Amino acid sequence: MYVSVKGGEKAIRAAHRLLAHRRRGDRAVPEVAADQIREQLTLAVDRVMNEGSLYDRDLAALAIKQARGDLIEAAFLVRAYRTTLPRFGCSTPLDTAAMSVDRRISATYKDLPGGQILGPTFDYTHRLIDFALMADSETPLPEREREPGPAAASAMPRVTDLLGDEGLIEAEPAAADGAEPGDLTRAPLRVPAARDLRLQQLARGDEGFLLALGYSTQRGYGSTHPFAGEIRIGEVEVEFEVPELGFVVPLGSVALSECQMINQFAGSAEIEPTFTRGYGLAFGQVERKVMAMALVDRALRTEELGGEATHPAQDQEFVLSHADNVQATGFVEHLKLPHYVDFQAELALVRQLRREHTAARAARDAQSDDVYEEAAQ
Amino acid sequence: METIGINGSRPRPGEGRGDTITARRAVMALTAKATAFELKAVRDLAPAGVVDLRPPETGLVMLRGRIGGSGAAFNLGEATVSRAAVRLPSGATGFGHVLGRDRHRARDAALVDALWIEGTRRDRLENEILAPLAARIARDEKRRTAEVAATRVDFFTLVRGAD
Repeated sequence: MYVSVKGGEKAIRAAHRLLAHRRRGDRAVPEVAADQIREQLTLAVDRVMNEGSLYDRDLAALAIKQARGDLIEAAFLVRAYRTTLPRFGCSTPLDTAAMSVDRRISATYKDLPGGQILGPTFDYTHRLIDFALMADSETPLPEREREPGPAAASAMPRVTDLLGDEGLIEAEPAAADGAEPGDLTRAPLRVPAARDLRLQQLARGDEGFLLALGYSTQRGYGSTHPFAGEIRIGEVEVEFEVPELGFVVPLGSVALSECQMINQFAGSAEIEPTFTRGYGLAFGQVERKVMAMALVDRALRTEELGGEATHPAQDQEFVLSHADNVQATGFVEHLKLPHYVDFQAELALVRQLRREHTAARAARDAQSDDVYEEAAQ
Repeated sequence: METIGINGSRPRPGEGRGDTITARRAVMALTAKATAFELKAVRDLAPAGVVDLRPPETGLVMLRGRIGGSGAAFNLGEATVSRAAVRLPSGATGFGHVLGRDRHRARDAALVDALWIEGTRRDRLENEILAPLAARIARDEKRRTAEVAATRVDFFTLVRGAD
């Protein structure tokens, strides 16, 4: 337990001014603007939007600048900002099947309707540092397909729907009539949690934590035999029902990444052998995040599919309680706050224990000396 | 709920309420994608004496996804949204809802909606704001589609041991 302290205002003020100075860096180098971060460090912006759980590119970019590039600190700033705003309501569920895709790949079907589209990817790059980026060179414009073909979403069915048509993959049940999804920003998360709440927590969870958990399932700590059925990244229209108007209004579009993981399932006494699903969905271009999320989502379904949760990634309490890095950093970092009174108590206790220990040893030694002397006599 | 393509035609309001809503939503879909600069032009069309029924404000909308893309809804995360409502001297009211924190954009979008509902300045609204906006969005979309399509890939499976 930490206790309140007084004083230090002058030092704190000076520390924050020094922070601002160090954030600025060498003043001979031009200052980075928030819109440069928004446009050129887009994947950092995407990560902060997810872990800050707020879709706002400008705000995330500004938070990254303010946090000196510390993305967890930036997510913390975004979370704090969101608490200052009223909530107008909820969108109608986003339709990822109608996505205007930037990227769409499948590891399960080579030739799938709509084709495979690589989009702006790091895949197949050689991971060699590109020193040309240090020079003031012009970035070439992208190539363009003269006849792009149909871009219509109908030309790009979900891979899981193709399997679903054959009945080879479990169906995704609709919600019971009128059932509102749970919202962990309104009520504390309790385990066991339903899948809607688990996905909400995973979507705002730390990418590194989810990556490690997903990786652990691949290495044998609860394997789910996954295939990346489909990954799609692109823009999806947002719609919002306005009660005063009595109809749904378009708000614009957001960038999303979606991963459909297809997993083997041998079946059980009640269920025929079938493929099962792990699902990942998040803001922006965050392929690694949604792949890890899909692995962990499937791992967390172990018990509902008749298995026994024996590994960390399958353990709801373990995964859901530790996924939120703003929460985690709050508790880990609070250790550096004043614990003076606590520690004084501990100090006094350790001193007393040592005194008792010394006294006990002296008594023991005296006793054994007596025994030795008796034996010698 | 049907969706309206941004490139789709924007029907004039007919007699039925359904038609009006469809057309009005199509206009809203355009203004939601407009830049602050593109929308600003509407202020030149607005009459004097516009009343702010709802002063422009910024808040949150919880974005929902569906489990597995097609199942039950879940809360994905929030987005900032700005909204406003205005009334013209004629009594026509307009609503503006846009993603982001730009309250001016929301009010300008509400002005577009109100003017479109009022109908007396619809030609200027169409010619000076909506048509150029629709054309710009269609151009952007076409360019983006062509750029993305250039990365379409055909993988070949190599059979082990084949000649």
